[in-house]
Amino acid sequence: MSIVVERVSKKFGNFQALEDININVESGKLVALLGPSGSGKSTLLRTIAGLEIPDTGSIVINGQDTTYLDIRKRNIGFVFQHYALFKHLTVRQNIAFGLEIRKTPRQAIKRKVDELIELVQLRGLGDRYPNQLSGGQRQRVGLARALAVDPQVLLLDEPFGALDAKVRKELRDWVRRLHDEVHLTSIFVTHDQEEAMAVADEIVVMNHGRIEQIGSPDEVYENPATPFVMSFVGEVNVLRNARSLLSNAYLSSSSSPVYIRPHDIDIDTFPHPGSVSTMLVRIIPIGWEIQLELQIEENFTIAAQINREQLNQLDLQVGQQVYLKPRNVKSFPEFAHSSQQHFTSVNVK
Amino acid sequence: MQTNKSKKFILIGLVLVYLSLVLFIPAIYVFYGAFNQGINTFLEALGRREFQQALRLTLITVAIADPLNIIFGLCAAWAITHKKFRGRTFLLSVIDLPFSISPVVAGLMLVLLYGRNGWFGGWLEAIGFRVIFALPGIVLATSLVTLPFVVREVIPLMEEIGQEQEVAARTLGASEWQIFRRVTLPSIRWGLIYGVVLTNARSLGEFGAVAVVSGSILGRTATLPVFVELAFKNYLATAAFAAAAILALIGIASLVAKEILAKLARQPTI
Amino acid sequence: MAISSPSYQAADKIKPKQSYWSKISLPWVVTITHLSIVLLLPMAALITKSLTVGPREFWEVATQPVAISAYEVSFVTALFACMINGVMGTIIAWVLVRYQFPGKKIIDATIDIPFALPTSVAGLVLAALYTTNGWLGQLVAPFGIAIAFTRLGVLIAMLFISIPFVVRTVQPVLMELEPEIEEAAWSLGASASQTFRRVLLPILLPSILTGVALGFARAVGEYGTVVLIASSVPFRDLIAPILVLQRLEQYDYGSAAVIGTVLLIASLIILLIVNLLQQWSRCYAD
Repeated sequence: MSIVVERVSKKFGNFQALEDININVESGKLVALLGPSGSGKSTLLRTIAGLEIPDTGSIVINGQDTTYLDIRKRNIGFVFQHYALFKHLTVRQNIAFGLEIRKTPRQAIKRKVDELIELVQLRGLGDRYPNQLSGGQRQRVGLARALAVDPQVLLLDEPFGALDAKVRKELRDWVRRLHDEVHLTSIFVTHDQEEAMAVADEIVVMNHGRIEQIGSPDEVYENPATPFVMSFVGEVNVLRNARSLLSNAYLSSSSSPVYIRPHDIDIDTFPHPGSVSTMLVRIIPIGWEIQLELQIEENFTIAAQINREQLNQLDLQVGQQVYLKPRNVKSFPEFAHSSQQHFTSVNVK
Repeated sequence: MQTNKSKKFILIGLVLVYLSLVLFIPAIYVFYGAFNQGINTFLEALGRREFQQALRLTLITVAIADPLNIIFGLCAAWAITHKKFRGRTFLLSVIDLPFSISPVVAGLMLVLLYGRNGWFGGWLEAIGFRVIFALPGIVLATSLVTLPFVVREVIPLMEEIGQEQEVAARTLGASEWQIFRRVTLPSIRWGLIYGVVLTNARSLGEFGAVAVVSGSILGRTATLPVFVELAFKNYLATAAFAAAAILALIGIASLVAKEILAKLARQPTI
Repeated sequence: MAISSPSYQAADKIKPKQSYWSKISLPWVVTITHLSIVLLLPMAALITKSLTVGPREFWEVATQPVAISAYEVSFVTALFACMINGVMGTIIAWVLVRYQFPGKKIIDATIDIPFALPTSVAGLVLAALYTTNGWLGQLVAPFGIAIAFTRLGVLIAMLFISIPFVVRTVQPVLMELEPEIEEAAWSLGASASQTFRRVLLPILLPSILTGVALGFARAVGEYGTVVLIASSVPFRDLIAPILVLQRLEQYDYGSAAVIGTVLLIASLIILLIVNLLQQWSRCYAD
C-alpha cells in the first residue's frame, strides 16, 4: 500500500504551511516526518489522512487518488499525540468502535478485539476505562483501535510526544518491532531526531513547509543535504569566518560557514600539525559521554565530545590549554550566498 | 465542507431566534417600557413616594445583608478549609441548599419560625421586636437566599493557597489573624469581590422570599422588586417599568462587573 | 454542587492543639450561629409544623385536588421547559464553543441575564411581551393561542429562568473536549451523526443532565417570574409555590407548611440526583 504525495501545497491565510511537497512512500515502509514545530509535518500528515484538503497537488494511496476523498472513506488508521481515546468507553469498546461502525458481526468483533489486546500487550485491561490506564497503555489502546479496522496505511501524529522519557523509549522500540511483524505502511510525525533515527526506515526532514532532505537515517546523518539538516539532525558547531582559526587544510575556498560535529574533534594536551590552541573552560560529564567547552577566543567557544576513558587518559583540568583538531568538516558553499534555502526532493527508494 | 458551513449558519440562526424570543427582546423591552412614554413620565415615576420608599428599603436591606454575608462567607470558608472533619461534604451541601429551595418555601420557613405563631414569635413579640412584615424579616430572607454565594467563591481559592503559603507564614511566626489578613485575604480578594457582586445582585433583586416575609405593603415594606409587582397589579405599568429599568441597569452593571472580576480572579494572585 | 476537594490539616501539626482551637473557634461560632438563624432553625420549624398536623392529615392536605393540580402544573411544565432548554442549551453551548462569529462574546455574556435580572422584572417584561396585544403575543394571537395568563406563560417564564443552567454546565465540558476525539471517530469511519450519537452525546450527557436537573430545581421553585405572567387560577395555571403563598395569606399555616415540605423534599431529591450525576461525570475524567 504505497502513498504518493505529489506537488502538494497548502496555505492557512498568509501562512504557507506546505510548499510543493513530493514524497513517495513504498509499501511496507515506516517513514518519519521530522522537523521543528511549525515545519508543516503535522499538516502534511493530516493532509494525507484527509483531515486537511491541499490547495494544489494530489494524494494517491495505493494507486487511488484520494485527495478529495472524505477521511471516513480512506480507510486509514490515525494515532493521536494525546491519544484521543473515547473516555466513556472501555478499552474493548474503544478498539471495537471502528468495527461496530462497519457493522462487523459480533463474533468477529470479539475475535478481532481479543487478538489486538494480545498484540498490544493489554491482556486483563480490556474492561478498564481510559482514565484508569497509564500514558503508555493509553497509546497502545490508540494503536489497537487504529489497527482494528485493517487500515491501508497507519498515520501517527507525534505518537510518543505526551509520554515521559522512559516510556517513550520503550514504546517506540515496541512500535518498531510491531512494524517488523505487520509491515503496514506507516508514517509518523516527530520533532525528536533521535526518535526518527531509532524507528524509521526513511526520514523526511521538513522545515518551513518544505522538504529539506529524504533519506535513510544514515544518509541523513552522514550526508546532510542542507545546513538545516546538518544542524537539526545531531549536534553541531557552526563556525562562521572559520578561516582565520582553523588550518587551511580543512577549508574550501569559499567563506561559507563550517559545520563540525562535537564527536568529530580530536583533543590532545600538546599541539599536532594543524591543531588549534584553545582553553578548556568547562567539563560536562553525561555518564559515559563527556562534553568539553573549549574557548578559542573571547566570546567564541566550541563544543567537543570525548568519552570518560579519554578524559581520564588526558587528565584534563578546567583552565588548562588543550589542542583541537577537527577530523571531519562540512560546508555548504552552494547555500552561502542565498538567504532563501533550497529544498531537495528525493524519492524514497 | 459546504454542508459544515450551512450547518453552522443554521445552528447560529436557531440560537439567535430562540435567545431573541426568550432573552434579548425581553431584556430590551424593560427599557422600552420605561421610556416609551417619554423621559418625563419616567422621572415622574421615580419621584413617587412609594418608589422612593422602596428604593430606601432596598438599599438598607442590601447595606445590612451584604456585610452579614461577607462575614459569614469568610468564617464558613475558613472553618471548612482549615479543619478536616467528618460531614464536611454534608455541611457544604447544607450551605448549597438555598440554591435549590423555592424562595417561597424559604420565606415560609422564616414565617413559621419568627412569625406571630412561630417558635420565636411569642417571645420576640414580648420584647417588642418585630421580624416578619418588617425589616429584620426582609434581611433574614435576603441572607437566606444569598447564603452560598461568597462561601462558594472563596473556598476553592482558600484551598489553593492554604496548603503552602499559610504554612510558610506560620513557620515565619505569624499569628492566625496575621496569616488571614496578610496572606489569605490578599490572595482571595478577587474571588471574594466576585462573590460579593453575586450576593449584591441577588440581594437587590430577591423577590419571592421577600414577598412572603414582608407582607408586601406598598409604601411600607415593599422593596424595589416587590414594588414592581405591586405597581403592575395596580395598573401603574409605567411606574412598574421605571423601577424595573433601574433594577435591570443594576443587574447589567453586575454582569459587567462579574465578567471583569472573573478575568481578574483567573489571573495568578501573587 | 458540593465542593469535594481535599482539605488540609497541616495547621494543627505545627502549633499545639490548644492554641489552634482557641483561634479557630470564632469562625466556627459565626458559621454555626448564622447558619442556624438563617437556615437550620427555619427549616426545622417548617418540618416540625408540617409534622404536627399528623400523618393522616398531612397526606390529605398534601394530596388534595388543588395541590395535586398545582404540582402537576409546576413539575410537568418545568420538565417541558428543562427538556427544551436541555436541547437548546446544548446547541447554544456548542455554537459558543465551536463557532467564531461577530457578537459571540456579547451573546455569551447575556446568557447570565436570568441570574442578574430580578425575577419580578423578568415576569413584568414577559407578561407585557406575551399578552395577546404584546409584541410577541400578537404573533400567535391570530391562531387563537394565548400565552400570558395560561400555562404557556408559565412555560415561557420557566424557559427564561432556566436557560443559563444547561449552557453553563455543558460549555466547560465542550471546551475541554479536544477536537481530536471527533477526528478519531471520523478516521474510524463514523459519519457525522454516528460521531454525535456514539461519541459526543455520551460524553456530554452527564453535564447536560446536570444542567437540566439544576434548571428543573430552579423552575419548580420559581415564584417571581411566574406570578406576574400567570393568572394563578387553581386547576389551570396555579403553580405549587403560589399555592403555598395563597395558603399563607389565608393564615392557613398548616397546609402552607405541608405543601412547602413537599416542595422542600422535592428539591432535596433533585439535589441528590445532581450529586449523583456529578459523580457519574467525574468517573470518566482524567
